[in-house]
Amino acid sequence: MATPILKKAAMIGLGAVIGVGSFFAAHAQASEQYLPSLVYRTGPFAPSGIGFADGFADYVTLINERDGGINGVRIRLEECETAYANDRGVECYERLKDRGNGATVVAPLSTGITYAVIPRSRRDGIVLSTMGYGRADAAYGRVLDNVFMVPTTYWSSMTATLDYIAEQEGGWENMRGKDIVHAFHDSAYGREPLGVLRHYAEEYGFTLHEMAISPPGVEQRSVWQQIRRIQPDWVSLYGWGVMNPTAIRTAASMGIPRDRIIGGIYAAQDDAVLPAGSAAEGYKAVTFHGPGADYPIYDELQQYVYDAGLAAGDGDLMGTIAYNRGLINAGYIIEAWRQAQAEFGEGRPVTREETLWAWQQLKIDEDRVAELGMDGLMPTVDITCENHEGDGRVMVQQWDGENWNQLTDWLDTNRELVEGMYRDSAMRYAQEEGITPRSCD
Amino acid sequence: MMFFFEVLIGGLMSGIMYALVALGFVLIFKASGVFNFAQAAMVLFAAMFMAGMYGDWGVPYWLAIPITILLMIGLAWVIERFVLRHLVNQEPIIMFMATIGIFFAIIGFAEIIWGSRSRTLDVGLPDDMLFIGDMLFQQYDIVTALMVAVLVVLLMIFAQKTRMGRVLRAVADDHQAAQSVGIKLSTVWVVVWSVAGVVAVVAGIVWGGSLGVQPVMVDVAFKALPVLLLGGLTSIHGAIIAGLIIGAGEALAEVYLGPIIGGGIDNWFAYIIAMAFMVWRPEGLFGEKIIERI
Repeated sequence: MATPILKKAAMIGLGAVIGVGSFFAAHAQASEQYLPSLVYRTGPFAPSGIGFADGFADYVTLINERDGGINGVRIRLEECETAYANDRGVECYERLKDRGNGATVVAPLSTGITYAVIPRSRRDGIVLSTMGYGRADAAYGRVLDNVFMVPTTYWSSMTATLDYIAEQEGGWENMRGKDIVHAFHDSAYGREPLGVLRHYAEEYGFTLHEMAISPPGVEQRSVWQQIRRIQPDWVSLYGWGVMNPTAIRTAASMGIPRDRIIGGIYAAQDDAVLPAGSAAEGYKAVTFHGPGADYPIYDELQQYVYDAGLAAGDGDLMGTIAYNRGLINAGYIIEAWRQAQAEFGEGRPVTREETLWAWQQLKIDEDRVAELGMDGLMPTVDITCENHEGDGRVMVQQWDGENWNQLTDWLDTNRELVEGMYRDSAMRYAQEEGITPRSCD
Repeated sequence: MMFFFEVLIGGLMSGIMYALVALGFVLIFKASGVFNFAQAAMVLFAAMFMAGMYGDWGVPYWLAIPITILLMIGLAWVIERFVLRHLVNQEPIIMFMATIGIFFAIIGFAEIIWGSRSRTLDVGLPDDMLFIGDMLFQQYDIVTALMVAVLVVLLMIFAQKTRMGRVLRAVADDHQAAQSVGIKLSTVWVVVWSVAGVVAVVAGIVWGGSLGVQPVMVDVAFKALPVLLLGGLTSIHGAIIAGLIIGAGEALAEVYLGPIIGGGIDNWFAYIIAMAFMVWRPEGLFGEKIIERI
C-alpha cells in the first residue's frame, strides 16, 4: 500500500510532467501558424468536399515536410467538419478562430457559410478566401476589405464562357439569333450569372432561355424536354451536387450534344461527370485552374507526402478537380503568409493585421507560379486595394470519359463589364449594411 | 400535342420511380404501423454495397445483387433484434423516432465501409433513346417500368397467396388479435423489413443507375412523400397509382405552369397535388379510413 508521502510525491511528479508537457506544447503552438480548415467530408456534398480537403491538407503537409514550414514556421492545420451546413460552418468558424495562435485566414468552402461569416470575420479581422464562390461583389475591395475572390467569380467566368461560345460560332457577329439556355440550380448560386447573361443577350442579340431546376435535382426530365424543344445552340449548366450528373445524363437521353453544354466553375468537378458514366463524354466546363496531375508539384507531393505516408487521403484523388482546388487554395494562403513574413519579419507566425495586409497586395506572377511547381495549374494573381479578384481568368476543359482535357489556354474576362457590376452591387450592399467604403487613393 | 404526350408519358415514367421508393414505406407501415423514416437510407445503403462491391472488390453485379439482398435481410434482423423488439407497444411516434436513428446509423455504417465518394452503378440496363414517331422515350424508363410491374405482381402474390402474406395481413389488421392466435410479431417484423429491403435493392439499382450512388440519394424520399400522402400509407396499388399521378402532374406543371410562375416548381407542386387530394380524402386515395369510437 502506498504511504501518503509516496502518494504526494507521485502527484507532484505527475503535475510536473503535465506542466512541462503543457509548456512545450504551448511553446510549439505559439511558434506555429494556425490554419483552420472547414471541410465537408460527410453529408450530401461529400463527393466534392473530400478531394478539396485532401488537396488542401496535402499542400500544407508538403510545405511543413519539405521546407520545414514558411521560413521555419510550421503550419498547424486543424479540420472542422461542416457537412456543408451553414450552422455547422458558423460553429466551426467560432470554435477554431481563437485556437492555436489565432486564425488569420479562413476558407469557408460554401457560399452559404461565407454569407454567414462575413460579418463575423469583419469584426474579428480574419481574411476570408473564397475561390469563386460567395459574394461575387466582394471582388470590389473598397467595401469588404477582408474578403478575397481570388482567382475568379461566377460573373467573370461567365464572360469568358460566352467569349468562348462566340469564338466557336465564328465571332460575336454570328451570335445574333442563337439560342442559349442557362439551366441552373434554383438558388442564389444558380442565378448569380444571370446579370451577365442578360447583358450579353441584349448586346449581341441571342435569345437567352432561363431554365430553373429545383434542388436537389434528382429528377429533371421535364426541364430537359423543354430544352430539347428549344433546340439550343449552347447550354450553360450551373448545377451543384447531384444536379450536375443528373443534368448531363438527362441531356444525353434527350439527344442534346454534350460538347454544346458548358458547365460553370462549380459544375466542372469530377463528381459532375463520373456518376453520369459514358453520357458525360464530350461535356465541357470552365475552370479556374489546370486539370490533371501533370505538374511538377505532384512529384514533390509524391516524394514528401505520399511516399512518407503523410497524405490526408489514399492518393486516388490526386489530379482531380477538387483536389487541385484544394492545392491552389492552400497555395494562395501560404504565399500570402510568406509575403507577410517578408514585410514584417521572417521566422515567426504573422498576425491577423499582417495577413490582411499581405492579401490586400497579394502578387503571384508567372515566375513565382513556376517556382511553386504549379505552372499551368495555378492562375497568377495581382490584388489591389480595389480589385480583390485579380484578372479572373479561366480555361475551358472537356471530359473524354476518363479525364479532363484542357481545351483552351487562360481566357481573358470582360473586366470593364464585371468591375462595373461589382462596384454597383457592392455599393448597394454597403448602403444596406451601413458600411462606409474605404478610400483606395 | 405530341409534346404534351411526350411530357405526360415522361412524367408517368418518373412517377413509377417515385412509387418504387414509396412501396418500401407502404410495406412496413401496412404491416407494423411504423412510418419508416429510414427507407430512403436503406435504398442508399443497398446501392452503396452493390456499387462498392463491384468497384472496390471486383464482385460482378450478378453476385453483388443477391449478396446485397442477403445483407438487407440481415439488416432487418439486426433492426428487429436491437431496436424494434424493445419498443413493442410504444407510441407510434417513438417507433418513428427510432427509425430516424436507424436512418443515420445505417448511412454512417455504409460510409465507414465505402466512404462518401460518388460511384457509378451500371448493372447493364439499356439507356438508349427510343423514338415513336416524333416522341422520344428512354429504354431505361421502359425497363424500369417493367421491373416495377414484376415487383408489384410478386408482392401481390406474396400478400395474397402465401401463408406469410396472410400473417402479414392479419398483423396489419389487428396486432393484438394476431398475437393472441400465436403469431410472433418479431418474425413478422423481420419478414416485412426484409421485403422492404428487397424493394430498396431494386430502388437502389434504378435510382443509383440514374443519379450515381452518393449520399444525396436519400433525397428521393422527398419524391416519395407526396406519393404516400396521395396514395395512402397502406395500399400497394395506391402507391403505384399515386406515383403516376404525382409524376405526370409535376411534369405537366413544370412545363406548362413553370414558365408563367418562374420554373423550378416540380418539387413543391407535387405536394400541392397531394394536399388537394387530401382535402377530398384525408386518408389518401386508397388508404384505410380509420374510425375510432370514443
